[in-house]
Amino acid sequence: MMMESGRREIKDSPGMLERIKKNNLVQGWLVLLLALFFGSALASVQLSLGPKIEMNKLNETLSKVPELVLGASRAHEMEAKNQELGIEAMTIDVNKNNKRVLYNVYKTTYNGEITGWVVKTGGQGYASKLELLIGLDPGMESITGLFILAQKETPGLGNKIITEKWRKQFINKPTKNRLVVVKDGADALNEIDAITGATISSRSVTDILNTAISDLKGQLISGQSSNR
Amino acid sequence: MADQPTATERFIQGILPENPVYRQLLGLCATLAVSNNMKAALTMAASVTFVLLCANVVTSLIRNLLKPHLRIVVFTLTIATFVTIADRFLAAYLYQMSKTLGPYIPLIIVNCIIICRCEVCASKQSVFTAASDAIGQSLGFALALSSIAAIREILGTGMFFGLRVLPAAWPDWVIMALPPGAFLTFGLMLAAINWISSNK
Repeated sequence: MMMESGRREIKDSPGMLERIKKNNLVQGWLVLLLALFFGSALASVQLSLGPKIEMNKLNETLSKVPELVLGASRAHEMEAKNQELGIEAMTIDVNKNNKRVLYNVYKTTYNGEITGWVVKTGGQGYASKLELLIGLDPGMESITGLFILAQKETPGLGNKIITEKWRKQFINKPTKNRLVVVKDGADALNEIDAITGATISSRSVTDILNTAISDLKGQLISGQSSNR
Repeated sequence: MADQPTATERFIQGILPENPVYRQLLGLCATLAVSNNMKAALTMAASVTFVLLCANVVTSLIRNLLKPHLRIVVFTLTIATFVTIADRFLAAYLYQMSKTLGPYIPLIIVNCIIICRCEVCASKQSVFTAASDAIGQSLGFALALSSIAAIREILGTGMFFGLRVLPAAWPDWVIMALPPGAFLTFGLMLAAINWISSNK
């Protein structure tokens, strides 16, 4: 009996070493080390370039605001006459199911009168995070414009959300009812045509837009907005 | 490993004899998608050069530590890191260009040219050879991309680098600027190069 157990021990010890060698963590030490190293390198790149990228996005946002509120032709007209919209940035704090949601909203004024709102919002698309700018009329009753600020959807399919042809559908849609994406041709006032082969991207944009409008509608009109 | 090509051979092979686009038919997604004007093509080529050079050098440095069954994971990790750096850099300093190129910069991660070079050269040869291979292949890629882009931009819009080169009477061949133009140009170029080399 003693002999047997002793023999088993001898047999076991190389097995143990073999097991350690075959352990996934030991096998993948290089992958783990590289992941750690590359991860921190990327973090520092993001820390140094992040603010600049945000700045670029902000500049683009501000340059798009007049067009989103007034429509392209009136915006160009005003630009030609050297008239400028007043743009006031504010952060709106929405309490949704005990969760705080922050929205960046731009209030545009001309000669002291509100001309409209531009809401910056975002969410998950099919392949990437989407960022949208939504133009709304002063009473928030209809959509005056839509612009895709950032997207990396599938080339040739999902990225068609940036085309003017598709975005134009949203202009002048009332905000009273939620917009719905349909596949077989939009007829009703609250219907949006899906892009062929990119229903999810189309639906994401529409859902993000619906959520932002329903979150903000009451808040902005009743004037509970807090200025930044 | 005595039969491996030297650094100079690697460099020269990349440019024409083993051109990644015309000879190996790799990286075609980017080639077809961003070759409708010279500026986009050259930005793409520069990004690929940066990623290929960095990935080849890093892979070559760690080539003795690589486990055969984990090498693809390590390559992908390395490539993805440098692609992300290139992507962030473009978004910070060339914002409009980064929007034009859109998802094609992140797609460099799965560009076969880079994985191919890591596998074929960098994981087997010294850092110097891997670097010269990367530069040779990148030059080959830039050459292919800009040759297609030049034809497409000139015929499609009558312009070169955004400046008008053809008379205003030129009826722009819009199709050349669209995806079918990319396939057409690429196919004809490929046929021409094969014909010339078979006649030698």
